[in-house]
Amino acid sequence: MQYKDYYKIMGLQKDASQDEIKRAYRKLARKYHPDVSKEADAETHFKEVGEAYEVLKDPEKRAAYDRLGSNWKAGQEGFQPPPGWNAGFEFHGGGFTDSGLGAEQFSEFFESLFGRGAGEFYGGNRASSFRQMRGEDSRAMVFINLEDAYHGATRSFSLQSTKLNAQGEPELHKRVLKVKIPQGVKEGQNIRLHGQGSPGMGGAQAGDLYLEVAFNPHKLYKVSGREVSMDLPITPWEAALGTVVTVPTPKGKVDVKIPAGSSSNKRLRLKGYGIPGKLPGDFYVTLEIALPVDLSEEDKVHYLALQKAGRHFNPRAHFGT
Amino acid sequence: MNMTTQIEIYTGVIIEEEQSLSLAELCRFCALPAEQLLNMIEHGVLEPLNPKEPLPHWRFAAHYVVRVQKALRLQRDLGVNLAGAALAMELLDEITQLRKQVEFLQR
Repeated sequence: MQYKDYYKIMGLQKDASQDEIKRAYRKLARKYHPDVSKEADAETHFKEVGEAYEVLKDPEKRAAYDRLGSNWKAGQEGFQPPPGWNAGFEFHGGGFTDSGLGAEQFSEFFESLFGRGAGEFYGGNRASSFRQMRGEDSRAMVFINLEDAYHGATRSFSLQSTKLNAQGEPELHKRVLKVKIPQGVKEGQNIRLHGQGSPGMGGAQAGDLYLEVAFNPHKLYKVSGREVSMDLPITPWEAALGTVVTVPTPKGKVDVKIPAGSSSNKRLRLKGYGIPGKLPGDFYVTLEIALPVDLSEEDKVHYLALQKAGRHFNPRAHFGT
Repeated sequence: MNMTTQIEIYTGVIIEEEQSLSLAELCRFCALPAEQLLNMIEHGVLEPLNPKEPLPHWRFAAHYVVRVQKALRLQRDLGVNLAGAALAMELLDEITQLRKQVEFLQR
């Protein structure tokens, strides 16, 4: 078992006052709260901080923890609480426990010291403990490809959760869930999987699992709601003379007519080629005039001819200078 | 005997596109008493689709279930009251919106 340095986790000195501990916790809880933080491992940090606070804010637990001594370093393996380490300590718990985490969330290290029951009375099920023992709803963010939203797909997601085993003890549980992605799903929408949340207590109904959908970044497309857009590079002569360009949309290839005399940033709409739905989105191409990089002598001759032919064209006429 | 193990494929519903819920249904989905939800309505965490009609006829967008749970987590974990959670959620929504815009403009 790894020794955990609860002071280090909270960024505190060993002689921190109870007030300092409280302030540090409030600050870190806001920083790492999974609903607030954008950091990838926010949830892990949040749980760690909650566990550290659970011990340090309670003067009884803190004193017992301190007595383990400073011989141990954070992360050091092989930790076992010495026999009788907590002799003479009485743990009352009540009143000091409001870190918002259920005891089942705590580490093996915590359990070896304070037991699993240390935080039992406030459980992790507060949201639904009002009158039912239905399992808590869980949530997870899942990333899919834009193409999956166009066509629908079945995708596997690896999810972590805490579940009770046969002995009624909580265990960290990793599972792979195969989920049908409904066609037409938009970024930010939630897919509810009935009964896939935390299991209920005493045989009651399990909670639901909410999967919030996000799209993997795409090298060609930008997405906003059901609207999908892409940049379409064209040559100066295609812009001047007009042409037909084959555009790869997620729905398939489409021949798009570029009108003669098109400028950069002109947007062309392909109706109904966005994300499908009752009101399907549109697909937009934004023209972008691209220039050849290395000019040959021949190219230069042609540009000089253009310069001569177009001498009456002043794109900066509106400057008034 | 069939020795291959079949992994079950789960089919869910997009809650944003589900039918709206009555107050009683929303209570059931959130496992919360009505007073608590009414309190959240008062603080603007959620809003009925037809606020002009009398309370028993109120309908709610189905995805409010997720929002209600978020408000509960923020209160429980950060020690803020409902008004604080409502403010945090409004600001978080705004940040998400702005982040999306920045991402859209930068690409």
